[in-house]
Amino acid sequence: MITTTAIESTAELTDQERLQAARLESVWREPRGWGWFKAVHHTTIGKRYAVTAFVFFGLAGLLAGGMRLQLAFPEAHILSNDLYNQFFTMHGSTMMFLFAVPMMFEALSVYLVPLMVGTRNIAFPRLNAYSYYLYLFGGLMFYVAFLCNTGADRGWFSYVPLAGPDYGPGKRPDFWAQLITFTEVSGLAVAVEIVVTVFKLRAPGMSLNRIPIFVWGQVVTAFMVIFSLPGVVLSSTMLLLDRTCNTQFFNPAVGGDVLLFQHLFWWFGHPEVYIIFIPGTAVISTIVTTFSRRHVFGYLVLVLSLVATGFMAFGLWVHHMFATGIPQIAESYFTAASMMIAIPTGAQIFCWIATLATGKVVLKTPMWWAIGFFFVFIMGGMTGIFVASVPVDLQVHDTYFVVAHFHYVLIGGAVFPLFGAIAYWFPKVTGRMMSEKLGQATFWLFFIGFNITFFPMHLVGLRGMPRRVYTYPANMGWTTLNQIESLGYVLLFIAVCLLLVNVSRSLRHGAPAGSNPWKAGTLEWATMSPPPHYNFLHLPTVNGREALWDAAPNQPVVVGLDEDVRSFLMTRSLDAEPDTRDEFPRPTIWPFLAAVATSIAFIASIFTPWGITLGAIPVAITMIGWFWPDRQPAEHRRTREIWQSE
Amino acid sequence: MAERVERPVLDVSHLPTVAFGTRSLTWWGVMGMMAIEGTVFVLMIASYFYLHSRNSEWPPHRNPPDLLWGTVNLIVFLVSVIPNEWYRRRARKGDLRAVRIGLVLLSLFGIGNVVIRYFELWHLNTDWSIDAYGSAVWTLMGLHVLHLVTDLVDTIVLTVLFFTSLVEGKRFQDAEENAAYWYFVVAFWVPIYLVIYWAPRWLHA
Repeated sequence: MITTTAIESTAELTDQERLQAARLESVWREPRGWGWFKAVHHTTIGKRYAVTAFVFFGLAGLLAGGMRLQLAFPEAHILSNDLYNQFFTMHGSTMMFLFAVPMMFEALSVYLVPLMVGTRNIAFPRLNAYSYYLYLFGGLMFYVAFLCNTGADRGWFSYVPLAGPDYGPGKRPDFWAQLITFTEVSGLAVAVEIVVTVFKLRAPGMSLNRIPIFVWGQVVTAFMVIFSLPGVVLSSTMLLLDRTCNTQFFNPAVGGDVLLFQHLFWWFGHPEVYIIFIPGTAVISTIVTTFSRRHVFGYLVLVLSLVATGFMAFGLWVHHMFATGIPQIAESYFTAASMMIAIPTGAQIFCWIATLATGKVVLKTPMWWAIGFFFVFIMGGMTGIFVASVPVDLQVHDTYFVVAHFHYVLIGGAVFPLFGAIAYWFPKVTGRMMSEKLGQATFWLFFIGFNITFFPMHLVGLRGMPRRVYTYPANMGWTTLNQIESLGYVLLFIAVCLLLVNVSRSLRHGAPAGSNPWKAGTLEWATMSPPPHYNFLHLPTVNGREALWDAAPNQPVVVGLDEDVRSFLMTRSLDAEPDTRDEFPRPTIWPFLAAVATSIAFIASIFTPWGITLGAIPVAITMIGWFWPDRQPAEHRRTREIWQSE
Repeated sequence: MAERVERPVLDVSHLPTVAFGTRSLTWWGVMGMMAIEGTVFVLMIASYFYLHSRNSEWPPHRNPPDLLWGTVNLIVFLVSVIPNEWYRRRARKGDLRAVRIGLVLLSLFGIGNVVIRYFELWHLNTDWSIDAYGSAVWTLMGLHVLHLVTDLVDTIVLTVLFFTSLVEGKRFQDAEENAAYWYFVVAFWVPIYLVIYWAPRWLHA
């Protein structure tokens, strides 16, 4: 059945194919040594995103450990109140901006989407490299500031007036605002790349109704990024302008309004939650399909649910602002809209259950994480329905109940699927299997540790414990629950360490994975593990929703692309008919230099408005260098041009 | 092990390498940038009216921006559309001479727009630091200036490139998409012009 795999396993290559592979390798090879800074292939950049995001996940997790230690005892002084403020702000900002989105959206989509749609690289590979460096530099800046006792300390959403010029002295909120600028530019760049990759670079035959659910999830996410991030672009820019250029957006004394910040922030902030968990649900759909050994039940319903969630996400933002005294009629609307979002999510869950119930379920580690996801995410969804209702929300607003709710939703919706995804795609990325035994041990430790840590937060929240307090008196009745939570953290810590041990051992001693260890149906499994830099020796064509399961025995392959340059095929957006050919740019240092110039401009603008105006000059110079064509390839292309007929 | 089978092939060697509009990869990239930047503009306009809803007097205690320079710029923007469309169409035919002339013309238009914009900024009748109204006007204006200047630099670089020997099909795609981006800059000036210059007058009455 899986003919493609057989043809591409190295052992069975014909002489002619081996020659072709060598040719492709020499054209697509990534530069070594100092060439590290020139790399442009999506697998290289995708791996960097994943590793970097995981490092930030670890750092934010350690900060959480600091907070749990502090809260384990009433009236403790392990962390000062000031340091505690920095800890929870750094934890939240890191998890949201440096881990969740870069991991669930950028890392997963950059690595997997081009493979899954059957092309050789992501659209705009240099932009992709640029986006990674900006993300990296933004994160480094944020942590260097933290080490210099200038860590953001006004909460992950940095509300005014607390973060405004009057109440947020020093530079802490400015670093937060610029972290947003860095990460939003990188997120937006990747969003455009993914939309274009999915609409134009799909393998022939992969019409819209055959796109893998994972890819649908990432493209819906990309659209949400495009339309929601501008909200936080504006709010954080206004904040920075108010703080450094004396604008008055949020100063009520002269016609400004602090709620403008909240409206703009949550215009982004609510879709942000879905930007984090839609990729998660897309991972779950993939794992459930593969380990149920059948096509997913209700493909159309799943896709429409993803799209519907994407649209509805933009009509919910005010439910984060119920306690701000907005008109009641608006509250009612946003309550109704918030409850409605349960419908598409519910539809997805029923489709997964139907798939599992009618398939032959194989219980491997990725599947365990999917099962854990069901439990945790549905729990989070239930308390979501509680807090969507205004009276309940007013009661539990800014208590630990909300902290429990969003950790169930976000860890359930992102971290469980992510750990499932690591177990699932590790063999593809590294060519080696992970240990099943360690994997399942990790799962149970994490699952139990998670519930011990976060379930009591519901209770302590209902008992009135507010968020963001660095300590509490002994007679509040919160001590035991807090100690249980801190104990749970220890289990979570061990679980993550176990995962790291598993990864490092499997990297060296894991069993060879072969191209398709799970016998899955999507195209990334059609090539070697790890994939070569040209992705596919024979560019595939597609005959059904699960390209490998549905392939005809003599499924055609694409030929006729120039092999002496990085050429690729473009297909039509709807039916993926072959349309035009083009050439990807070669590795280059310019995106790195442009990212350095951009970073200097962003960081300098924390201290002076001239940072942006003067800083724009080196940015422009590096961008022109990036754009300016090389003579030889240009002449080479010109000799072979075929113009479209009008 | 699966057997090796003779597989049919899909030969794509005859497909064009130079195509325009939805058939060009960079065109999609440009559209993506427009979607992002357009959303920023729309949200900034929404913020302007949100702040208006929080103020009893708009503009507070002063005159709205003078109409002259903004209106002149609007006219120049609208006239620039004619050579823009002309060279955009010629780019699709690979007409080197026309594209050169068009790019030079559009560079000149862009420089003209920037110069007029400079006078506009002197006639806004407000400062960004006085109150929220001033901040909103200047930020809206600043966003448009940013796009205007970026496009101007792009256009000048492309113009220079078109007078070198590096011209190829891809550059004609660039020229066509550069014209498309200019439409975006012009198209957003219309609502921003109405908001900055006319909204205070209409809302005042």
